[in-house]
Amino acid sequence: MPEGGRFGRYGGQYVPEALVAAVKELEEAYRRFRADDEFKSDLAGLLKNYAGRPTSLYFAGNMTKKAGGAKIYLKREDLLHGGAHKINNTLGQGLLAKRMGKRRVIAETGAGQHGVATAMACAALGLKSEVYMGAEDVERQKLNVFRMELLGTEVHPVDAGSRTLKDAINEALRDWVTNLADTYYLIGSVVGPHPYPVIVRDFQSVIGREIARQALSAQGAFPDALVACVGGGSNSIGTFYPFLRKRDVDLYGVEAGGTGEDHNAATLSYGRIGVVHGMMTYILQDEYGQIGQTHSIAAGLDYPGVGPEHAYLKDTKRVAYVTANDEEAVEAFHLLAKEEGILPALESAHAVAYAMKLAASMKPDECVVVTLSGRGDKDVQIIGERKGFES
Amino acid sequence: MSRIREMFDSIDGGALVAYVMGGDPDLEASVGVAEAVLRGGADIIELGIPFSDPIADGRSIQAAGVRALKSGTKPADVLRIASYVKKTRDVPVVVMTYFNPILAKGPAAFLDAARRSGVDGVIVPDLPLDEAKKFGDVARARGIDSVLLAAPTTGEERMKEIVANTSGFLYLVSVLGVTGAREQLKDNAIRLVKFANGFTRGKVPLGVGFGISKPEHVRAVIGAGADAAIVGSAIVDMVASVDSGEDEALGRIEAYVRSMKLAARSA
Repeated sequence: MPEGGRFGRYGGQYVPEALVAAVKELEEAYRRFRADDEFKSDLAGLLKNYAGRPTSLYFAGNMTKKAGGAKIYLKREDLLHGGAHKINNTLGQGLLAKRMGKRRVIAETGAGQHGVATAMACAALGLKSEVYMGAEDVERQKLNVFRMELLGTEVHPVDAGSRTLKDAINEALRDWVTNLADTYYLIGSVVGPHPYPVIVRDFQSVIGREIARQALSAQGAFPDALVACVGGGSNSIGTFYPFLRKRDVDLYGVEAGGTGEDHNAATLSYGRIGVVHGMMTYILQDEYGQIGQTHSIAAGLDYPGVGPEHAYLKDTKRVAYVTANDEEAVEAFHLLAKEEGILPALESAHAVAYAMKLAASMKPDECVVVTLSGRGDKDVQIIGERKGFES
Repeated sequence: MSRIREMFDSIDGGALVAYVMGGDPDLEASVGVAEAVLRGGADIIELGIPFSDPIADGRSIQAAGVRALKSGTKPADVLRIASYVKKTRDVPVVVMTYFNPILAKGPAAFLDAARRSGVDGVIVPDLPLDEAKKFGDVARARGIDSVLLAAPTTGEERMKEIVANTSGFLYLVSVLGVTGAREQLKDNAIRLVKFANGFTRGKVPLGVGFGISKPEHVRAVIGAGADAAIVGSAIVDMVASVDSGEDEALGRIEAYVRSMKLAARSA
């Protein structure tokens, strides 16, 4: 694990004193279990038999033709149980919670994808779960609230602050500090105080490891470029991490450009360094350090912070962080649906949009892998409303 | 000796620290609240600088922060309240805020501005101990105390380290949880005060906060060895139920602070 929980100057443990013992306990437990053979084989079994790993690496021939450049492959995380990469992390942390003897799991969720994945993992592992969700998001994502409830989770609407994801995280942290003894906080992205950014990265790195293996067997070489969307940054770090030392693989993180410079969730592109949710990272904030509202058509990218390791990878230039705006994401959504018969999550559509441009600029014997972090069924209504259909 | 330590040395009995959210519900009204708290006889005023994401705070102070931000309160406005308070009556003023607003201005620049406003101490609940040491040096170089927090989960070794690095007083969080008025003070809060007192005695005054809302809570923590009781949410809740400048409500706040201070002194 990184020294003092830092990636360069980013990360750390900016938490109230009462939580210090809890993050230390988690650090200790994770250090123990990550190397434990039984833990590893239990997790591998769950990922295979419950979640549906490995996911395929699909050659998108029609998209490749359309782009007219490099070969485009899709890493199909959308095929996982629950419809997104989130389950990789919730199964890992759920298992960790169980090993730590915690009976109650709490989580935050924005659009509800992590909440649903938490509910599934906890049901499967026999853990009690409760999910915090901004009251505004509860309104916007009624279907996911219902899904979570069906899966046995209690959903707590959060009325505080801006009533969205960042406030749900605050509330989960408050719950955790109040109920430390029996409660595990299962965070949904590579954010929060150390060791969360490391734990979530490790559990999501299965994506990149599979890509490496599958690309080798498909074409005898690593891909030339990897593209993934970045909100908090879990599917992207999971994609990139096993390739960080492979210098000839180009890495692209695609942030939500929203509708423009003043209306987006592109933290690394427009943010400044600050501290939120226990970590030092880039943050979309005003000049007084107040953390603002973000905007993206993809609820899962709508977060004013970003994982601290991404902040570090931006500064070191190992990863190029770019943006795709709402309109480009919607276009990519339609394109992938028509060309390949796949409805991508709007989050993932940001990555697809950039990958099409990138592939067009590359040679036909080169290869781009795009991580399709989730499926788009949840977004059909948003797309419909945008097209002016009756919903 | 710091202004805060002078205050502790000069009084007989326990002290009362009273929290006011700067700019809640607006700047002018919060000045009125601060004046009422002063008239009630608070020994230290803790002034909150509102932050959008206050993870250590419960509902009352979160809501106060939202009201303050809605009315456009900036950190500099709260520092202006501090300097007004200092001119009105010579009580120590401690500002409480989170690290991000401080970082946005730059810690040294923030502390310079605080010093110019007469601020005597700062409390930053989400600053980790390692950084709090550096920050404390920068603060003390400007004559400002850096008040650190200890919690029920703080073990012996860490408690020693925190006590060695805090200045002004030690802020002991009496419960596992966030700020907020509670009906009862738990037995383990009293045990915790006694435990912390074993480390602070003869070194630094011990202040106890989180969940303290009644005179009997104040008497209990002072009786167990604390030097100060800190009350916040209970005052903020009274502010929430009044309109700007309403004399009757301000009178209630003043009377409440007076009763809490009497309890601190008579414990």
